[in-house]
Amino acid sequence: MLTRREALLGTAAGAATAALFAAMAATPVLAEVRAGDISTLPREKVTLVAPPFVHEHQQVAIGGPKIVEFQLTVKEQTMVIDDDGTTMQAMTYNGSIPAPMMVVHEGDYLELTLVNPETNEMPHNVDFHAATGALGGAKLLDVNPGEQATIRFKATRAGTFVYHCAPAGMIPWHVVSGMSGTVMVLPRDGLKDEAGKPLKYDRIYYVGENEFYIPRDENGKFKKFDSLGDSYDETLKVMRGLIPTHVVFNGKVGALTGDNAMKASVGETVLFVHSQANRDTRPHIIGGHGDHVWEQGKFANPPAKDLETWFVRGGSAGAALYTFLQPGIYAYVNHNLIEAAELGATAHIMVEGKWNDDLMAQVRAPAPIASY
Amino acid sequence: MKARVPASIAFVAAALAAATSTLSIVQHSGRAPVAARLAPVETVTVVPGTFSFRLPGEYLQAGRPVDAPTRIVSFQAGFEVMKYQVGAGDYARCVTDGACEAANGNATGDTPVTGVSYRDAEAYAAWLSRRTGESWRLPTDEEWSFAAAERLHDDALGLADDGNPAIRWLARYRSEAAGKAERDPQPKPRGHFGANSKGVFDIGGNVWEWTSTCYVNAALRADATVEQSVENCGVRVADGRHRGYMSTFIRDGKSGGCAAGLAPDNLGIRLVRDSPSSVAVLKWLRAKRAG
Repeated sequence: MLTRREALLGTAAGAATAALFAAMAATPVLAEVRAGDISTLPREKVTLVAPPFVHEHQQVAIGGPKIVEFQLTVKEQTMVIDDDGTTMQAMTYNGSIPAPMMVVHEGDYLELTLVNPETNEMPHNVDFHAATGALGGAKLLDVNPGEQATIRFKATRAGTFVYHCAPAGMIPWHVVSGMSGTVMVLPRDGLKDEAGKPLKYDRIYYVGENEFYIPRDENGKFKKFDSLGDSYDETLKVMRGLIPTHVVFNGKVGALTGDNAMKASVGETVLFVHSQANRDTRPHIIGGHGDHVWEQGKFANPPAKDLETWFVRGGSAGAALYTFLQPGIYAYVNHNLIEAAELGATAHIMVEGKWNDDLMAQVRAPAPIASY
Repeated sequence: MKARVPASIAFVAAALAAATSTLSIVQHSGRAPVAARLAPVETVTVVPGTFSFRLPGEYLQAGRPVDAPTRIVSFQAGFEVMKYQVGAGDYARCVTDGACEAANGNATGDTPVTGVSYRDAEAYAAWLSRRTGESWRLPTDEEWSFAAAERLHDDALGLADDGNPAIRWLARYRSEAAGKAERDPQPKPRGHFGANSKGVFDIGGNVWEWTSTCYVNAALRADATVEQSVENCGVRVADGRHRGYMSTFIRDGKSGGCAAGLAPDNLGIRLVRDSPSSVAVLKWLRAKRAG
């Protein structure tokens, strides 16, 4: 009799291996790589940083196309997802939810090495929405515990694109357990407004939104599981109900508040990249706006202007550029306010600077209602 | 001086009166042995003294927000306060008796009960009073602050107003956020946060404590005396690492949304015991005998 772990591994690994051979056989282009041309390109190795931060990058590309190398290491781990100590058997790239953002320029080659340490239980891969073919590269990246693989794809379209794990038979489970991130492919000459004029940002934040489905016990309390395999059946039942127990930014209720709130200054322009790999969302800055918003996240389209709330489709990442005009504490929310306040989708931005009385002033402070 | 009392306080008063009136009827007369099993509540006597007390609420002076003024407060008699916060096990007995609603928190035993509202805290005080024949109640913000001693957090920001309201918002946010990320919000077994100089345990840990003090919005004259104030007893002071103002029915403070402040980690209970008046003791004894 197979243990659950063996069964999970067996099914997926078998399918994966077969698919890998099929993919290799069916993609002659891969066999005919113009190795000479590409091997002469300059290489850059990037160390990824945990969200909401983004690794250092140029907004306007310097020089011609290059190969940008990244590494993701899969970490299966127990993670605390709210202040009550509720835990999830999580699957992550590099230990963070969401996975780190990778930035390249249009025409660059993104080369990813995916490492699946032997200590893990599951096979994993990556489906890059920015890539073309092989199920977003997933078919060429299937790695079992104890394996690693590398793919290279050309960034042919500019924009913010989700990437996520897509192992045969278990895609949604891996995604809602934490395995998603974003690739940002910048136009070589940087971002532009609707008239083609350059746009720049002083800061960038990557807000990854995830929804979780944690099973409850007979008393309504969230259950704890010892392993991924143990959590699978019951988690899947909750997932099938389509009602998440948590909707969070950066992996945990309140992860981007307090000491970890995002920071900016009046006059600074901030690019907020917002991803949701599985479910629709609607980012909104309470007290602010989106000056230039690529709702679908694709920079070849002119940005929408002056938005109050923007819609990010499940399975995509959007980008919003905003110049802060007033100091204070801003709440950055999913404007389904039940999800924001009750399920966790709230972040804070602390903005320093000079108050603008012209934009707003308190004409009369709260006081007893005047009698007439 | 103008003070308005919203309908909610009248409601609370009525509810209290109702609760009090049931005191003279021993509701659980058939279950006296259960009452006997209640362990004696450990208390600390806070000795008489005087301290500088910063008033709760929000204050304006010349139309601009300022730190609340301080007052010299004297406790001439001293008072008795629970040495530890009410434990989850203690609270569960009230639930078993049908006098309290089950708490939202999932602690057990000696670990402080959490996920309780002001209403729950009041219900627990009424039940404990009934059960013990003693007079238990929530502390006032003044009493709590005096008992907190060196663990009292002064919520003054000490900022001069330069016409930029955001400076206070940011300073308040920073002060309330300090250490929150590193702090484990999971309730800890009683005593975990140690005693203060008055021997009261766990003050300023990760469980805030309800007080009976109402929220106040006030305007000050130039000499810092109160020109007018509006009291809202639908919101009470919850004391801990910082002063929180919470609606009476809230059991778990949440931050976010329009109120971009930071909520208490947890809401719990610590009660004050009033020295019994001889009338009350007689009343209780008579009721007990009748039961």
